[in-house]
Amino acid sequence: MGLVLLLVIWLITFVSAYFFIAKTWWLPTGASAAAAGIDHHFATTYLVMGIVFVAAQVSLGYFAWKYRERPSSPPARYVHGNNMLEIVWTVLTAILFIGLNLMSSSIWASERFRPAEPGATQVEVTGMQFAWYFRYPGPDGKFGATKPELIDPSAGGESAVGLDTSDPASKDDVVSGTMYVPVNREVELILRAHDVIHSFFIPNMRFKQDAVPGLAIHMHFTPITIGEYEVTCAELCGLGHYKMHGMLKVVSQQEFDQWLAAREAEKQ
Amino acid sequence: MAGGTGGGETIMATREFAAHEAHAHAAPQGFIRKWVFSLDHKVIGLQYYFLALTAVFVGMFLSLLMRIHLIWPNITLPFLGDIKPETYLTLVTMHGTIMVFFVLTTAPQGGFGNYFLPIQIGAADMAFPVLNMLSFWVTALAFIVMLGAFFVTGGAPLHGWTGYPPLSAVPTAGPGEGPGADMWIISIALFCIGALMSALNFITTTLDMRAKGMSMMRMPLTCWAWFITAILGLLAFGVLFSAGILLILDRNAGTSFYVPLTVFSGQIVAHKGGSPLLWQHLFWFFGHPEVYIAILPAMGLCSQLLSVFSRKPIFGYKAMVYAMLSIGLLGFMVWGHHMFMSGMSPYSAFAFSIMTMAIGVPSAIKTFNWLGTLWGGRIRLASPMLFAIGFVSLFVSGGISGPFLAQPTLDIPLHDTAFVTGHFHLIMGVASIFGIFAATYYWFPKMFGRMMNESLARWHFWLTFVGTYCIFMPMHYAGMAGQPRRYSQFTELHYLEKLIPLNTFITFAAFVTISAQLIFIFNLFWSMKAGKKASDNPWEATTLEWTTATPPPHDNFGGHTPVVYNGPYEYGVPGAPRDYVMQTDPTTVAAH
Amino acid sequence: MPPQWGSDGGNFDSSFFDARLRRARLGLVVGLTGIAMIFVSFTSAYVVRQGLPTLDPRTNLLLHDWFPVPLPRLLLLNTIVLLTSSVTMELARRQAARKALAQFSSIPGVSVAAKDEMSWLALTLVLGLSFLSGQWMAWRELASSGFYIASSPSSSFVYLLTGMHGIHLFGGVVALLSAAFVSLLRRSAASQSILVDITGWYWHFMAVLWVYILCLLEFAH
Repeated sequence: MGLVLLLVIWLITFVSAYFFIAKTWWLPTGASAAAAGIDHHFATTYLVMGIVFVAAQVSLGYFAWKYRERPSSPPARYVHGNNMLEIVWTVLTAILFIGLNLMSSSIWASERFRPAEPGATQVEVTGMQFAWYFRYPGPDGKFGATKPELIDPSAGGESAVGLDTSDPASKDDVVSGTMYVPVNREVELILRAHDVIHSFFIPNMRFKQDAVPGLAIHMHFTPITIGEYEVTCAELCGLGHYKMHGMLKVVSQQEFDQWLAAREAEKQ
Repeated sequence: MAGGTGGGETIMATREFAAHEAHAHAAPQGFIRKWVFSLDHKVIGLQYYFLALTAVFVGMFLSLLMRIHLIWPNITLPFLGDIKPETYLTLVTMHGTIMVFFVLTTAPQGGFGNYFLPIQIGAADMAFPVLNMLSFWVTALAFIVMLGAFFVTGGAPLHGWTGYPPLSAVPTAGPGEGPGADMWIISIALFCIGALMSALNFITTTLDMRAKGMSMMRMPLTCWAWFITAILGLLAFGVLFSAGILLILDRNAGTSFYVPLTVFSGQIVAHKGGSPLLWQHLFWFFGHPEVYIAILPAMGLCSQLLSVFSRKPIFGYKAMVYAMLSIGLLGFMVWGHHMFMSGMSPYSAFAFSIMTMAIGVPSAIKTFNWLGTLWGGRIRLASPMLFAIGFVSLFVSGGISGPFLAQPTLDIPLHDTAFVTGHFHLIMGVASIFGIFAATYYWFPKMFGRMMNESLARWHFWLTFVGTYCIFMPMHYAGMAGQPRRYSQFTELHYLEKLIPLNTFITFAAFVTISAQLIFIFNLFWSMKAGKKASDNPWEATTLEWTTATPPPHDNFGGHTPVVYNGPYEYGVPGAPRDYVMQTDPTTVAAH
Repeated sequence: MPPQWGSDGGNFDSSFFDARLRRARLGLVVGLTGIAMIFVSFTSAYVVRQGLPTLDPRTNLLLHDWFPVPLPRLLLLNTIVLLTSSVTMELARRQAARKALAQFSSIPGVSVAAKDEMSWLALTLVLGLSFLSGQWMAWRELASSGFYIASSPSSSFVYLLTGMHGIHLFGGVVALLSAAFVSLLRRSAASQSILVDITGWYWHFMAVLWVYILCLLEFAH
């Protein structure tokens, strides 16, 4: 029984570890400037915690087998503990855990503590049951006003975000169901939601942020690889949560300008 | 060697008083007073236990339907028909709510705590038996109201056990968000009241009713765990209650605590200025201590069982007590780690993350001490011990994924993915359930006078241990690959398609594991009638419940109040006649 | 020398009473901690809401929409009533304790004659019910000035805090009623005294809580 327990615990440990090491199912390819740092820190945490995981489980299984009661076993060791050991492993664990966190703090700071750079591509992202809409401010660089009374998702596009066309700044706003951004330039997002909390999640960009009704949340990321990336919703928002998705297309600056110009032209 | 509780006169008065109480409420007669509105903590404990048992089968059934739908979204089930996306989300919501409240917060504390706390400290009953009885019936009523949500117009809610507004606050936000959501809130409010009443009893009993010689530092770790859990409950459930009141007012009185101006399908909903984040703060201020409420009793029991079945003292009793106290205290300072992506200030997020990493330290200390208890022992692998060792393994596995989520940077890709689901199921769900199983196999002889069948217990253990790993470990991989939570199917996103085989594996593992629980149920009920008769102390354990008859008499100790001379873990004492020394054995052992 | 079981013939000894009272008071302190957390949460919601700017979707500007509700002066009168009831409650508590202790020192055949004292308990009950009806009237006054529960964030909190306090005070009223009908329930004077003692402390807590709520609503900006 003790041997079986050891074998089962060890088997579970090594099989689980195998799939982690082999990266059979893994983080999607990183395509943003932050991804490398996040992934690197992920790997560090992973290695450290992996060692702890294997060591703890292997010891558990081993002890369960080695110290099983048999007629020949010595009496159990009558010991109530060891204060020095307690202090040592407490301090080491604290250093390890808090150290790991502090190591990642610079990434968090660069992602969240600072606002977007001037000159970033501005996109307002609006979530609603069950679609994402993307609004660009156009050549005037200003987002036009929106009014709740004008919101009509069934009409799509500008009506979905409730664009107030009487506002002069709205004239050059472009609303799209697909998000286009130029590569290698920071993107500033303004996240909004109309009805319930949604969450704008782009796995490849290592980007996630809740879109909360009543708030306009500013975030940023920098795409560095041209491609098409799926966008999902990562906060339960109702029956259509599973199909609330969008597409991010990272293109060259030239292609982006052409796309935007074509959309502006359509509005005339 | 007296380590008594206070002035001699007070102790005498308390003992006399206890005896008087025992005389005063002598064993009740009649079915209603004996089994329905019983004031006996043992009966109430069993009532809580069987309530939790019912709830766990409901919860498991809901999760079975969920797993079936995930891999066969278009299947038509007999009697139940198609599972629509909204129905799936209702299953998710009710599964989570029922499991967290009516199983994990009920069986370990209300069930085993009620039954064994008084006995383990040498008391004749809980401090306030009438309050105890009321706390059970309020909880039972809460369960009935929760189930009632399925049957009202629109059905049960779909907003998840976390109930974030505006989804939970606006009836037009989705099917089930009408009267069903109101029932859900009312049920939870009732549960909060029952939990507060129960916490009051546990705390007062532990502080005021310990037998002579039972100092706090001689209490079994189970008692410490129940005590700290009760303190957490006392401080946390009031906050959940308040959050619920605000939500029900937003839903029904037109207030805007949580809801800003919102527009659903072009219709403006008449609220303004509220903050969805306010709910999250209040809910998680409760919610984080809640997860410790769910796990602490199992930790206390694990410590107990590892010692009993290794035949040596727990390694580091004081450290274990301080670790549990730290976990309790720090547990109130980490709630923001559920909100890293919520729009909360990133500076607050950083502060919460440091506290969260800090709370990993006492948990690690406990794990080291459990390993230290096994080391050098004479381990008896009886079924309670198998589950205790299983608990340690699951606690480690579930705990390891914690430091990933605790770091906001890594939380960015992992928040609201299956990684989180795998994490909390292993460390809270399964580990706590293993605690419940271990407690059942361990204390069954004392409660029912018979042993449970050991072969069936082993089958149950192996199938459940391997099965739950097969269900929940793969969720970590799926989460890293970007699989979001609470998706009713994975057919809409291209990058999720390759995760369907993994999810299929999980579903089949769930079939096997859920089926294996039938072995437990059969064993439980069959053994009550036909199990091998148990002696008073079949496990050769030292704590007070094993000094009394099996099952214990109405006043627990047959008119005699125990006097305690030793700590709870005096196993393998050199020079002692047996390899265990009862807590009530006056032959003094080394000063512990 | 430990006492023998039942050696006192089941009669109460003052140390029993002491132990029971201590336990009941401990339970009360614990219970009040739980109740206090409810009001701590409401306070935190109040503070957060007050300071929270709202995004006006029409203008995309953040604005503060907190305008304190003018509180009816009736609330001051109610406060005086409640504080008075706390005084009478304290007198009632001591009265009940005296009655209980008189039992312990009684000699068979000789009784300590209690003067025909006014029932402070009954007076407390009357004052408590007056407070509650006064609160109801204050609500009516607010409503007639156009402040309903959903009228504004601050009015929501006024109704919420006063309502929750009122419900808890009503619980105290029920306890007082139960204590008042001791003879019908055949409860001993000792049990009666313990119930009144606990209710007394609970009552004082409710009075302090009320003053706190009033100050929060009136002064916290």
